Amino acid sequence: MNFPLFETAKSVEGVTAVDLYAEYPDFDIDIDGEQARLVSHDIIIFQHPFYWYSAPAIMKEWQDLVLEHGFAYGLHGHALNGKTFLNVISTGAKPNAYSKDGMNHSDIRSLLAPFEKTADLCGMRFLAPFVMFGAGRALEDNRLDVHRNAYDDLLKAMVADRFDLKKAAQAAVLTDVLDDFILKGEAV
Amino acid sequence: MELLSDAFVYLAAAVIAVPIANRLGLGSVLGYLIAGVVIGPVLGIVGSETTDVQHFAEFGVVMMLFLVGLELQPAMLWKMRQQLIGLGGLQVVGTTAVFAGAGLAFGLSWQSAVALGMILALSSTAIVLQTLNEKGWLKTQGGQSSFSVLLTQDIAVIPMLAVLPLLAVGHGAGHGDGHGADAHGGGHGGEALAALPGWVQALIILAVIAAIIVAGRHLLRPVFRFIAEAHLREIFTATALLLVIGIALLMDFVGLSPALGTFLAGVVLSDSDYRHELEADIEPFKGLLLGLFFLTVGAGIDFNLLFGNPVVIIGLALALIGVKFALLFGLGTIFKLQGADRWLFALGLAQAGEFAFVLFGFAASSNVLDQGLLQTMTLVVAISMLLTPALFILYEKVIAPRAVARSDREPDVIDSKGRIVVAGMGRFGQIVSRMLMTSGYDVVILDHDPQTIENLGRVGVRTFYGDVTRPDLLHGAGLKDADLFVAAIDDRDKQTMVVEHVARTYPNVKILARARDRHHVYELETAGAHYAEREVFEGAMTLGRRALVELGSHPFRARTKARDFRNHDRAMLDDLRENYNDGGVDKSYIDAMRAHAETFYEIMRVDRGEEKHERTERGWNPPPKGDATL
Repeated sequence: MNFPLFETAKSVEGVTAVDLYAEYPDFDIDIDGEQARLVSHDIIIFQHPFYWYSAPAIMKEWQDLVLEHGFAYGLHGHALNGKTFLNVISTGAKPNAYSKDGMNHSDIRSLLAPFEKTADLCGMRFLAPFVMFGAGRALEDNRLDVHRNAYDDLLKAMVADRFDLKKAAQAAVLTDVLDDFILKGEAV
Repeated sequence: MELLSDAFVYLAAAVIAVPIANRLGLGSVLGYLIAGVVIGPVLGIVGSETTDVQHFAEFGVVMMLFLVGLELQPAMLWKMRQQLIGLGGLQVVGTTAVFAGAGLAFGLSWQSAVALGMILALSSTAIVLQTLNEKGWLKTQGGQSSFSVLLTQDIAVIPMLAVLPLLAVGHGAGHGDGHGADAHGGGHGGEALAALPGWVQALIILAVIAAIIVAGRHLLRPVFRFIAEAHLREIFTATALLLVIGIALLMDFVGLSPALGTFLAGVVLSDSDYRHELEADIEPFKGLLLGLFFLTVGAGIDFNLLFGNPVVIIGLALALIGVKFALLFGLGTIFKLQGADRWLFALGLAQAGEFAFVLFGFAASSNVLDQGLLQTMTLVVAISMLLTPALFILYEKVIAPRAVARSDREPDVIDSKGRIVVAGMGRFGQIVSRMLMTSGYDVVILDHDPQTIENLGRVGVRTFYGDVTRPDLLHGAGLKDADLFVAAIDDRDKQTMVVEHVARTYPNVKILARARDRHHVYELETAGAHYAEREVFEGAMTLGRRALVELGSHPFRARTKARDFRNHDRAMLDDLRENYNDGGVDKSYIDAMRAHAETFYEIMRVDRGEEKHERTERGWNPPPKGDATL
């Protein structure tokens, strides 16, 4: 599911799509290169499957190495202040599993707390996640193309500065309610 | 000196005409024909002696059939059987029937009509395959179907050679033109056996065929191995020639077609490890002799005939193309070829082929067809071949663009994983090849050591014998269509030479090379390798890492150190490249190297001291204690 979504991201002008596993097959992450990449972008998106309520291993390694003290946080670490952070994830379970009464006894945004706290510490604005629920059956249910189109809309709106980041930071989830955040008129 | 001056004339004509014809998209066969026409009928430099030359040149056909046999691996034929028997078989039989019928209608005897039908059913393998290859159409549906039909036709030549003498009108066949060199002495060899009763002759013939098969399977292998171990290239070539000529003589002796015998030998050897080397050895002789053969055909063309009756001759050629096209188009429909593919298939194969000249010559010597008809048909065949490039142009410029515009074509499914050629199957090449083969890729492996080949054969790995510094061998291994070339030769200079040759000759092939040391890396890159890896580097790295663990390093720490070492070494390799390429190992190179060595020490010694969390370490670091913001 994440491959077609990645293709969507690659196709949007103004988006730098990075396949970490392709770039660092040996987990040998280029810290300086990644930091430079962060500095030159305003919105950082983690697009990944929600493995064990978290991200695949290389994304954790990336956080451990790239978000250094003195760069991303700490007394002199302000490089990421004012930027925006977003999780674009896919889950195996359906939406109702992510509620007080559901299987996970918790909503999806709460489960992303480690990412939200990381963003907070780096002075970044954390947005509600854009989630593809029940990814295992998305193809059969014809939901993949719908979701890809929505992702495309989301990215284009962000690039064009027509996405209400403030409002999105307050929401629980962006899926299915994307139009509430995309500004039709002028840029913010 | 007459021999030399003759050779000079023929060679000069070929050298001038063939490249020009090729450049014009006419193909080499037409180039030879045209060259023959120029030195024969037009300039009159050569005359009646061409008949003698032709008899000698016909040996090229014998060699060609040996090579055709070599290409025909039984397993491949079995895989293609439906295409070959269905599509190819119907084309040959159907076209033969139609032309034979036409021949009868024009008042030929049934024997002549059948002979003519068979001969005209064949298309020009040389022109069509070359064009399909050049234009990259071979992998299309139309191209694949064309290939199947051409292959069927190549095989069909064998029974045709056997049948033609039986069609001889009356008993004029075998009129003693007892040329030893007459290639297809089907009807007129066997004087040696003539005195024996029929059943003895049959027995001897069967025994000879059985002997060829058994010897090919069991005797030739050790013989070739023995010769190969001598590492004398010209003796290997001599052996290959000896084999072909020997079989031809043997077949002639028992009264069978030499072409049939060498074809059989080729098929028997097609499974052998020496296939590519044999191909590479015989190919130039075959090419030259066959070229000479076409030259003599061109020289023998009777232009008075054409100028006397231009309408009839050209009309016949167009009719020939028209009929063959219609039949092929029909077959394409039956076999569900779509759109442009059906057109490519039908237009491409609509001419008569170079085999027609061979079979005409044969038919003449067996008195199956009379001289006047032969003269006319030779012209008709040549003209149909001459028109072939025009048909391909018609397809490319008119039909293909329309077909694409009309159908919303899906992207091609990549059905082959691409071909890989590995040169050198020593300790290095073996690992690379094993990895690629177990991953499911088709790998063609070449090596020059018979012992290695035999050992690998025992564990089920096919390796082809040959000296990879020979351009023709690389060509025979299919480098032209390969995606990847792995150069893993032990000998440093040979390795560089091969990489240079491949980079120059096959610019589309990616080259990965084994390097002896860092200087060799630079040399290989300069020679055109896309990537070169030092042969012992990774092995030594692994051992060094293991040594750190034995000395008490945490295994993960040892891995990180090894990684840093590798990264820095790679960086050094990149930094020193220009310096080395400029002046080799001079003073500035040594200075630069020294500077790098200093940094090496700094990087690698970091955790020997107590300062555990230096920034250079770049692992996960806890924030320092003094940061009040946390």
